[in-house]
Amino acid sequence: MIGRQFLFVALFMMSIGGLMAMLMRLDLAWPDTQFSFLSILPQSLQNDSAITANTYNAEFTMHATIMIFFVIMPILVGCFGNFLIPLMLGARDMAFPKLNMLSFWVSAGAGVLMMASFWVPGGPAAAGWTSYAPLSAVPIYTGVDWGQNLWCMSLIVLGVGSLMGAINYITTVINMRTKGMTFFRMPLVIWSLFITAILLLLALPVLTTALALLLFDRMGGTHFFLPPGGGEPLLWQHLFWFFGHPEVYIMILPGMGIASELIATFSRKPIFGYRAMAYAMASIAFLSWVVWGHHMFQSGMDPALGTGFMLTTMVIGVPSAIKTFNWLGTLYKGDIHYTAAMLNALSFVAMFVIGGLSGIFMACTPVDMYIHDTYFIVAHIHYVLFGGSLFAVFGAIAYWFPKMFGRMMNETLGKVHFWITFVAFNCTFFPMHILGMGGHMRRIYNPTQYDFLKPLEPINMFISISAFVLGAAQLLLLANIIWSLVRGEKASENPWHANTLEWSAPSPPRHGNWPGPVPVVYRGPYEYSSPESAEDYLPQWQPAEPATAAAD
Amino acid sequence: MLEHLWFPHDISTFGPQIDWLFILIFWITVVVWALVMIAMVTFMVRYRHRPGRKAEYIEGNPRLEIFWTTATAVILIALALMSKSTWAEIKEHGPPGQVFYQVAGKQFNWEITYPGPDGKFGPKAVTVENEMHVPINQVVRIELTSKDVIHSFFVPNLRLKQDAVPGRTIHVWFQAREPGSYAIPCAELCGFGHSGMQGTLTVESEADFQKWLKDQYANQQ
Ligand SMILES: [Cu+2]
Ligand SMILES: [Cu+2]
Repeated sequence: MIGRQFLFVALFMMSIGGLMAMLMRLDLAWPDTQFSFLSILPQSLQNDSAITANTYNAEFTMHATIMIFFVIMPILVGCFGNFLIPLMLGARDMAFPKLNMLSFWVSAGAGVLMMASFWVPGGPAAAGWTSYAPLSAVPIYTGVDWGQNLWCMSLIVLGVGSLMGAINYITTVINMRTKGMTFFRMPLVIWSLFITAILLLLALPVLTTALALLLFDRMGGTHFFLPPGGGEPLLWQHLFWFFGHPEVYIMILPGMGIASELIATFSRKPIFGYRAMAYAMASIAFLSWVVWGHHMFQSGMDPALGTGFMLTTMVIGVPSAIKTFNWLGTLYKGDIHYTAAMLNALSFVAMFVIGGLSGIFMACTPVDMYIHDTYFIVAHIHYVLFGGSLFAVFGAIAYWFPKMFGRMMNETLGKVHFWITFVAFNCTFFPMHILGMGGHMRRIYNPTQYDFLKPLEPINMFISISAFVLGAAQLLLLANIIWSLVRGEKASENPWHANTLEWSAPSPPRHGNWPGPVPVVYRGPYEYSSPESAEDYLPQWQPAEPATAAAD
Repeated sequence: MLEHLWFPHDISTFGPQIDWLFILIFWITVVVWALVMIAMVTFMVRYRHRPGRKAEYIEGNPRLEIFWTTATAVILIALALMSKSTWAEIKEHGPPGQVFYQVAGKQFNWEITYPGPDGKFGPKAVTVENEMHVPINQVVRIELTSKDVIHSFFVPNLRLKQDAVPGRTIHVWFQAREPGSYAIPCAELCGFGHSGMQGTLTVESEADFQKWLKDQYANQQ
């Protein structure tokens, strides 16, 4: 199944992206130090067993690129989009199964191109995942030649693959819903994936175009982003962030959907304000197109324009707040079961609150002038993408693993993984706010080069040690997945007593998803603890009681 | 070490306004965060699963929904409006300049050009790498540009940051209130020498400044 393939490839890529992060943390705590074990790495990642200025630049560039494009997007959209959309809507397959397969193999090809760049002369791209021109547009500025070209090509190919996926998801959601599955009976995770697919469809072509122009500048002698030939460096930033901000929501909306499923199921309560939740996601998606300038307040863009973007950015905080309050409302008077999946979902909410609130500092243009391009930003994005998206991914794996593979995951191991990750995550990323306030810039490999940063070096060491614990804890997740695949307890059809349609299919579902006829939907997805039922759940596929039906 | 857990010492005229906004947002977010966490933890403890108890069937509450939507919208839009004038003063208007410089970023140094004794950026102007001397309490105006890639002119003690973009000249101003020397790191990734790219801002009395400038003119010949 394509969902599983996306999952395994993305978990493999996560270990590579994680390794890059470990290398960076090693360097930031002990800059310019030789570690003999580094010599096993390719030449592009270490210089005489030490991490130096140019390998460091390659490491953070590849860390972000891999985590964003080859881990978070493939798991949330590729894996769970593919797996959940047909099952939760009552469809036998996606609308275009062949296109689906093609989308996976095209994306895998993009991964191969990206990986290849570790071994080309000059090493992989080193201009940051944002690849600001002119730094990225002229090889001599970074000293990276083919690495950056491959970076562009890989992301162009990936864009094509994701586009195929997006078309497929949108068509499936519109056309393939089973009888009774109206739009407002769709689970919120399907809403989130549907909205995400629309964002992908509209945002990716912008990135693809920008990348093509960058490649022309690098290889074809054009000057789209190069001032000597009449080009404009800020054009790259406008194009990149016009894609890039919706991209941020592409990575968080599915997480919000997942958290909503898990929190409702394990609180045994309907989601608080179902329609408000769906509308909030739609408005986030809409507003995400008019906030990109908040990445460019200090770029030289007209300051008056900055004021406009500050206003839209503040406004986009409102639907995010609505979602948080509604998750709290769902917990209120619930009957909360603390499974590993639920712990991760609750952590998603708590960490997303911190990431959301720290965003307000950046939205405020004068404050951003100070914290822009410092570790405050690094802290913020990791609270959103790790604290947010990745905790949602961990929760989703724990929750849907039985359906995907027919076996339960080990709960104890899952909880141990959760707690170590949760504590180590906060020890790693919270102190970065303090570094940022101290003026610590991002993307510098040796903070001890600056007198004003020297007193902060103990914090850097503390962060690095926490990061190593955080990285090591992920081995528990891998161990749990492998152990459970082989030895896990056999899963029943509906182990969590959940309401949505995927739990009416066999675990794991065979070809065509249901052996008999496809289920018919009689009610909304969150009828937990409904007075209509003696049980604390009332599945979407269960017909109304005959007595009630007669009374109608 | 504790004194380093906050901002570096502020020496600019607009710094206090920025710090004030930061502290305002800090307290708003701390209070909101505390309220959300108190509610969350209370619910998590009180409504934990106990056998024989069923959750209450609540689908939502439109009044509450309207309440928290309006409340967050009002706070956030108010913050935006409060920040507007500070931003405009720093980046759009600002007071008329008293001393003028041209600054260019290049891999991996800041080039600071001082006008010649005739006050013009002509043949008598002097260019110094990484050393920026300014007289105290005077409005400094800079024409900022770059010779290769994007750099970012960052003076933490002034709370000032502005990208230097090739092909553009961007106007920056500040007024330093305290003598001393302060770092001017580059805040935008600009290549393998990005880490370590920094200049020094020396704020001194008018007399010291004039003396230093004269030495530069002399060195030039
Ligand atoms: Cu953004
Ligand atoms: Cu620079």
